[in-house]
Amino acid sequence: MNSDEPGKPAIRAEGIGVSFAGVSVLRDVTLDILPGEIHGLVGENGAGKSTLGKVLGGYYTASQGKMEVFGRAAVGWDPHTALANGIAMMHQELQLVPALTVAQNVFLGIEEHQWGVLRTSEAARLEELMKSSGFSLDPHAVVSELSIADQQKIEILRALARDAKVIVMDEPTSSLSKSEVDQLHDSMRNLRAEGRTVIYVSHFLDDILAVTDRITVLRDGDHVMTAATEGLSKSDLVASMLGGGKTETPYPEKSPPKTSEIVLEARHLSSAAGAQDATLTIGRGEIVGLIGLVGSGRSEIVRAIIGADASTSGELVLDGEPYTDRTVAKSNERGLVMVPEDRRKQGLIMTMPVRANMSLPHLKNLSSYGVVKSTDERKRAVELIDHFQVRPAAVDGDVSNYSGGNQQKVLIGKWLMESPRVVILDEPSRGVDVGARQRIHEAIAELAASGAAILLVSSEIDEVLGLAHRAYLIDRGSIVEEIDPSENDEASVLSALFHHQSANHAKSLNESSE
Amino acid sequence: MTSHALLRFLQNYAVLIMIVVLIIGLSFLSDSFFTFRNLLNILNQNAPLAIMAAAMTLVIIAGGFDLSVGSIFAMGAVCSAWIALHVDPYLGLLLAPVIGLALGTVNGVVITTLKVHSFLATIATSLIFKGIAIVLSDGKLIPVRMAEFTWLGRDRIGGVFIAVWVMVAFAVILTFVLNRTVFGRKVFSVGGNEEAAILSGIRTNRIKIATFSIAGLAAGLASAIAVSRISMGQASAGTGMELQAIAAVILGGTSIYGGVGAVWRSIAGVLLLALINNGFNILNADPFYRDLTTGLVILAAIGISAGGKQR
Repeated sequence: MNSDEPGKPAIRAEGIGVSFAGVSVLRDVTLDILPGEIHGLVGENGAGKSTLGKVLGGYYTASQGKMEVFGRAAVGWDPHTALANGIAMMHQELQLVPALTVAQNVFLGIEEHQWGVLRTSEAARLEELMKSSGFSLDPHAVVSELSIADQQKIEILRALARDAKVIVMDEPTSSLSKSEVDQLHDSMRNLRAEGRTVIYVSHFLDDILAVTDRITVLRDGDHVMTAATEGLSKSDLVASMLGGGKTETPYPEKSPPKTSEIVLEARHLSSAAGAQDATLTIGRGEIVGLIGLVGSGRSEIVRAIIGADASTSGELVLDGEPYTDRTVAKSNERGLVMVPEDRRKQGLIMTMPVRANMSLPHLKNLSSYGVVKSTDERKRAVELIDHFQVRPAAVDGDVSNYSGGNQQKVLIGKWLMESPRVVILDEPSRGVDVGARQRIHEAIAELAASGAAILLVSSEIDEVLGLAHRAYLIDRGSIVEEIDPSENDEASVLSALFHHQSANHAKSLNESSE
Repeated sequence: MTSHALLRFLQNYAVLIMIVVLIIGLSFLSDSFFTFRNLLNILNQNAPLAIMAAAMTLVIIAGGFDLSVGSIFAMGAVCSAWIALHVDPYLGLLLAPVIGLALGTVNGVVITTLKVHSFLATIATSLIFKGIAIVLSDGKLIPVRMAEFTWLGRDRIGGVFIAVWVMVAFAVILTFVLNRTVFGRKVFSVGGNEEAAILSGIRTNRIKIATFSIAGLAAGLASAIAVSRISMGQASAGTGMELQAIAAVILGGTSIYGGVGAVWRSIAGVLLLALINNGFNILNADPFYRDLTTGLVILAAIGISAGGKQR
């Protein structure tokens, strides 16, 4: 497929540096990307891995250094010239037109036409392309009805339709389920078999180790190492990502609850949004985990508990008393709070400073006669910033410019300002760097030790097992099993989940055939 | 770094810079411009619009739009003149803001209960309010030539028009409300990220309704000043003022996407538009170019604030 002689790099980067508004985010990266390899880019959030990916794809311009692509100097490098030179970029947010079909999306912008009138050959062209690349999709399916994994395949096909020799994938797996990740990895191997190059940017180290040939590690904008994947372990990668030779950060010690007092009990809770007959309890000082596959209804159950979605049946008992007609506002007043899963969409208000974000649910207690007591507000915000080690440690900091980890700390801090009694944490460490993740885990353990009841929802099974005293397995909005984290590992939990999933599926098939 | 800082400065203070440039330019071009009398007149003439723009700022920060304030102004004008004539002049002036408040609340309730975009809803209510004003006034002018009625628009306190004092007080109060109170904080949060605000326990619909109520109140207050000044109420009063108010708010640099903005910015936007107008009058420039110039200035201001959004 590739006419270049073996060993000659597809991309040669020499001393690449990038700065934004005078702040250097990437320094002196010298790197060869070989044809026909899957090359992993890893690093903590803010280490510069996505930035490097975007420089290669032409989305960012390097402020220093030079780049050669297939032996030619890359000048005036933008997405268009990058594509013309065989380098395509697949973004974290897919760039597809949802209302168009697979074939229309793949050939968007390069439609075959005669005087502007489209030819009807698209489906046939796509079939041919898929045959040669090993993908299979229905050319006439409408994109919005496909899974994200299939949509990513369209992005890849789109790159192939333009004869891309290098495809940069920026965090492609962040919203995929396990089996979808496997599909994507198979796609990458297909591309490699054809002599194409994949640059795989991800913070999932297991994924990177599973599929790449070589890995480049970045730390704080510096190029730490590039090495063959064979012979590297997860702890090697973590160590070089973190610097000081640390191994993967351990979870904080679990302190067992001091009492067996039940703080919150949900009985047969259902909601139109997707909770199905969910029954669970959380005790004082206890961390209870909810584990489920993507789309299993974890978030729907917690939304029904907090009152963000209306319940259709079932009841909730808080501190021994039934709590009906729940709303988020009432829940807050009763000390039942939720840290939502999506900090950008549901959590933070990016147009407001750190202080105002933190105090937002607590303004009633921080005001007199409707006027905000700004001295008190600042004091409380400073305490939280110190407690969570938010960086930059500015009360009036512009939260939209913070790293994911620090945004998450602000978000969690916001909900802990008034020492709540029950805290629901939905994906508390999604997309945050190792340091912030560790601090967040410590804070969760401290919170439980201080007597709060905690419901922890996470798609990282490992995280739930590492933090929770007890855990429930979720499938289709209901609780299917209760497990003891100390007696389970990731593999046993996963197989249990898949077991319940197929059992439930069989059940619903039976029901529908009756 | 410095060019970045300069761009930021320009973005933040584009209106103020333009105002200063216009003032300096006009002072050189005409002796009659930079006089206390002329400047006070500009403020006085634009006090009603400034009051409406100040309140519109809250609506836009909360993520809404109010295209009905011109019609609320017409309702206020007709009702206050009619009540002044038939009942009591003081009551007429007092009721205009109250009627405005009520109509603004209607807007807010319609928008939040029907869950329609405020843009659409206020186009509809705008026609309804205007229609009622026409029916009530029977399409006629309602002249009110009483000193008890015209003092608000014509008299002065300490050498400055009462209307200007009212405008300043209104702007100061709204600035305080927006920046120092719980309500103000909630207005910013609703426009900044409604879902996050809801999940923070904020009853966002109430906040939205309140912003429309305030916009209605302001339109009513503005109409009382204007009717009192010209001593006449009519249903065609206020036509086009909603667009002028929105233009002033955006010209000032308040984001149409909500979540950011300030009252002083909108007042500055009104002043900038007024200065362009005044410049044409004072210089005896061809008025055919007035709209063209105003449009270009608005475009320039929008261009500056959009310029920095790209990386």
